[in-house]
Amino acid sequence: MVAAVADTVGPLRVVRVHLQIGALAGVVPDALRFCFEACVRDTSLANASLEIDEVPARGRCKGCGAELAMSSLLDECACGGMEIEVLAGQELRIKDVEVEVQ
Amino acid sequence: MCATCGCGDVEHEHEHEHAHPHTHPEHELEHAHAHEHAHARRISLEQDVLAKNDRLAAKNRALFTARNIAAFNFTSSPGSGKTTLLQALIKQIGGRFPLAVIEGDQETARDADRIRETGAPVVQINTRTGCHLDARMVGAAVSALDPPRGSLLLIENVGNLVCPALFDLGERAKALIFSVTEGEDKPLKYPHMFRAAGIVVLTKIDLLPHLDFDLDECLANLRRVNPDARIFQTSSKDGTGLAAFSDFMASQVAMTRA
Repeated sequence: MVAAVADTVGPLRVVRVHLQIGALAGVVPDALRFCFEACVRDTSLANASLEIDEVPARGRCKGCGAELAMSSLLDECACGGMEIEVLAGQELRIKDVEVEVQ
Repeated sequence: MCATCGCGDVEHEHEHEHAHPHTHPEHELEHAHAHEHAHARRISLEQDVLAKNDRLAAKNRALFTARNIAAFNFTSSPGSGKTTLLQALIKQIGGRFPLAVIEGDQETARDADRIRETGAPVVQINTRTGCHLDARMVGAAVSALDPPRGSLLLIENVGNLVCPALFDLGERAKALIFSVTEGEDKPLKYPHMFRAAGIVVLTKIDLLPHLDFDLDECLANLRRVNPDARIFQTSSKDGTGLAAFSDFMASQVAMTRA
C-alpha cells in the first residue's frame, strides 16, 4: 500500500491516506492501523494520518435470491440457504490521499 | 484523473475552508472537494491495495497461457504434508509430461532439496519475514525456471491459511492441502482460504483408523464453505488417491493445449 501511494504521488509528502476496507476483506482495520506507523517510517508517508471507511458486507442467497447483511462467510440465509454470493464487503481500496503542496 | 468517472486531473485545494460540490455537465456527477488543509491537495486513487500484485499475476497468467503451462498454487497450514504430497505426485506422474516446482518457505532450501531428489527442476523462494508468496516473486522464479511448453507448474506457498488467500499468483487454481490430523472443523475456521480454493486435497487419510476424525462432517463443512471445490483424498504413505490426483493434473495439462 505504501509503495502504491508512493508510486502515484512521487516525492510529495503525504499527510493523509483514505482507505476502504470491507468487513470480509480478510484485513483487520485495527491491525492495519497498528502496523501503519511502522510501515510508513522513512517513507513519504511518515506522519500521515490514516482514515479507514469500513464497508459492511452484503450477500445474495443463491437459493431464494434474497439479499442479506453478512458478518461472516459462514452466514446463512433466513431460508436456510448456505450458498451466499458476496455482493459487497471484500473491498481493500485506497480511495484517495492528501499530499502537502510545497 | 478521477478513476470513478474519468473527469480530469487531481483535485486541488484552495485557500478557503468550505466544501463546494459541483456538477460535471457531461454526466451530472457531483464531486465534493474537501478543504481541510490550506496547503494540501487531494489525489484520488480509487486503487485496490493489491492492484500491483493483481497486475503482475495477470502477466504471469498470460505467460502461462502462451506457453500452455498449467500452474497450481498449493496452500495449507504448516505440516499438512504439502511437500510429501508433491514428491509422491511427481513420482506418480513419472515423466508423462514435464513439470517444474516453485518452493516457498520463510527460510532454508530443505523443501527444494527434497523436490530435487525426485529429479524435477525446482526454485526455492525464501520470503524471510514474509508470510506468503506474491506475484512478483513467482514471476522471477518462473523466469529462472523457464518451464517448457505444456508443463505442470506446482507452486508450494508458505504454510499459512490466512494471507495467501489474498494474493493471486497467476495460477489456474489454488489447491488447498489439508490433513486429517488438523480436525474436521478447519474449513469453518479458515473460510477465506477454503473458499478461494478450486481444489482441496485431504491428506494422511491412512491415519483415519487411529483418529476420531469424522470424515463426513469434514466434507459437509467443506461443502458449506465451498460447494464447488474439487476434492481428493490421498495418502502419500500408502499411495491412496494419488493415481486420481495425478490423472486430474494430467487432464489440466492437456486442457492447456485444447
